[in-house]
Amino acid sequence: MAVADFAPGAVAEPQDEPHATGLRDDAFRERMAMLGLCSPALLLVLVVLVSPVAWLFWLSFLANDGSLSLEHYERMIASKSYARIFWTTFQVSTLTTMLCILIGYPLAYFLSQLPPRAAAICLITVLLPFWTSLLVRTYAWLVLLQRKGLLNNWAIELGLWDEPVKLVHNMTGTLIGMTHIMLPFLVLPVYGAMKSIDRDYLKAASNLGASPVSAFWQVFFPLSLPGLFAGALIVFVLCLGFFVTPVVLGGGKVIMVSMRITDNIELFFNWGAASALGVVLLALTMGTLYAASRLLRLDRILGEGNG
Amino acid sequence: MAVTETVPRSEALPITIRRVTKTYGQVFALDHVDLDVKSGEFLTLLGPSGSGKTTLLMALAGFTRPDHGSVSFGDTEVVRMPPHKRDVGMVFQNYALFPHMTVAANVAFPLKLRKVAKAEARERAERALETVQLGGYGERQIDQLSGGQRQRVALARAIVFEPRILLMDEPLSALDKKLREHMQIELRHLHEQLGMTTVYVTHDQREALTMSDRIAVINHGRLMQLDEPRRLYDRPANRFVADFIGEGTFLPVELSNGSAAYAGTPLKLAEAVNETAAQELLLRPERLSVLAGAAEPEVNVFAGKVKELVFQGESFLMYAALADGAEVAVRGATNRDVMERIPAVGADVHLGLHRDDTVLVAAGED
Ligand SMILES: Nc1ncnc2c1ncn2[C@@H]1O[C@H](COP(=O)(O)OP(=O)(O)OP(=O)(O)O)[C@@H](O)[C@H]1O
Ligand SMILES: [Mg+2]
Repeated sequence: MAVADFAPGAVAEPQDEPHATGLRDDAFRERMAMLGLCSPALLLVLVVLVSPVAWLFWLSFLANDGSLSLEHYERMIASKSYARIFWTTFQVSTLTTMLCILIGYPLAYFLSQLPPRAAAICLITVLLPFWTSLLVRTYAWLVLLQRKGLLNNWAIELGLWDEPVKLVHNMTGTLIGMTHIMLPFLVLPVYGAMKSIDRDYLKAASNLGASPVSAFWQVFFPLSLPGLFAGALIVFVLCLGFFVTPVVLGGGKVIMVSMRITDNIELFFNWGAASALGVVLLALTMGTLYAASRLLRLDRILGEGNG
Repeated sequence: MAVTETVPRSEALPITIRRVTKTYGQVFALDHVDLDVKSGEFLTLLGPSGSGKTTLLMALAGFTRPDHGSVSFGDTEVVRMPPHKRDVGMVFQNYALFPHMTVAANVAFPLKLRKVAKAEARERAERALETVQLGGYGERQIDQLSGGQRQRVALARAIVFEPRILLMDEPLSALDKKLREHMQIELRHLHEQLGMTTVYVTHDQREALTMSDRIAVINHGRLMQLDEPRRLYDRPANRFVADFIGEGTFLPVELSNGSAAYAGTPLKLAEAVNETAAQELLLRPERLSVLAGAAEPEVNVFAGKVKELVFQGESFLMYAALADGAEVAVRGATNRDVMERIPAVGADVHLGLHRDDTVLVAAGED
């Protein structure tokens, strides 16, 4: 019977491993089919993501006369203005991230405590800004924050301050606008992390003698940290390359890397310099991600140690 | 358990539950429950799914706020006390071990909250871990433990601060059968060793019978019977308890001035008849025997025909139809004597039930 199982002409196989070759072939064919099905997507990624970055990289090493050189990088190191721009970019990103954490974490906590339907409605209002144009939102802030804007008028009427305060065309305006735009990117992962915390952990803490406050700090907060790290990282990295909001609300006083890149292209037609900036920004972003991943692992190791 | 160092025996507290009621909409999760748990006893709440066991346990721990009623630990009324002040140990069904802490940190957590000095806390945590036979596991992460080990850690965490009351909600239900049976015995020993008043929840009747000093059977939020395991099994108060614990067939009986009869034949009864309610005769399969010759005077005899025989290894199961058509099950050990006596399918059979096992239960109570 066992012999009759083999199709005529099939490769002779050891008696104790029936169909071994055939099964191996099936597995191989399946893998190939999978690869074939993925290939359009892989090709797309290659064309629209990898090749532009490679092109950018290549351009950054070309001098204006077309010869290979490091002059764009040398200029970046030599010139003080570049250092200032990178410092501003870092500053804006850090401050925006911190503001997002300060506002977003309590907001996410509030949402996570609501009954499901109320939480869904509130979540939609948090996400609403996502569905309106970035430019519109940014200009809306301009209207609200300017000298004769809504906020100044109200504040003066209420007697909070007498003179119109300069809320826009400076760092303050930039931070307000960017925090508003980045907030959902922080709230969503934090909310997700909080929702996935089993309520029994808090009950257990309480049963073991923890007051609501210490149950929060010793159990809930540490368990929500991965979500907070993820959200903060997304916000920080997005901020590093942000353009529209600092241009409109910064009023030329807050110059970030992305704006210098545009200047290089639109004013000076210097693709090489722009590319070099892009490459450095990319490197900084990747560096941040790497550092964050190391930090998280470190955190875990420390967590194991001290407990 | 060969344990040298253990958590010291704590002074146990009795629990008094009076008229505790909890409704969810129209549903009574607890319906005027009165229950006394004696100091140091192992009491099990047993009942079908949705009967209110967890609700009652949570009311003791302080996580469920009853509509009304009183709960006291010793002389202290606790029904309005928040959970973190109650000082009761609790083992959750899913253990609820903190995943961001090591085993040692989990066990030391209640001590840290009680401001116990670090060195002492570490020592006491290690001792609690030794008590549950997990000495040396302190540095492990929770996700590096097996289900049984997690269960023990949860137990260690619940006893490390020497609570006088310990609550457990189906702590063994996630374990496989073998480990579960092992842990049942171990928990029992631990209870004897620590002596804290323990309220244990399960819907597994065998587990309840194995472990408990007393069992409280609950159905639809009401206490059906509170008794020692043996008595609960032998003298169930009503049909629900008789049916829920063990197997049984129920036969209608006629009551007349202090005696009961089945199909016209008077029954020799273990206890006097309670004539205030309708009664049924409880026939437990393993209490019935297949009679060979004439019955002894203390034995009630039921005549019938064998309908089916099932061999189940250590026991056999016989279904017999009585004269009035009622079908009863008989279970017996498969030793040679008994097996030789069993008639073939279709043959007449006489079943004997000793007077001490002839028990009437209140009818129709579900
Ligand atoms: N939060 C709640 N909201 C509404 N009804 C609830 C809630 N908690 C429990 N109930 C209801 O109360 C009754 C008792 O529930 P409980 O959880 O105490 O049952 P149980 O005996 O522990 O059951 P199981 O063996 O399945 O755990 C059930 O009918 C249940 O549906
Ligand atoms: Mg339950």
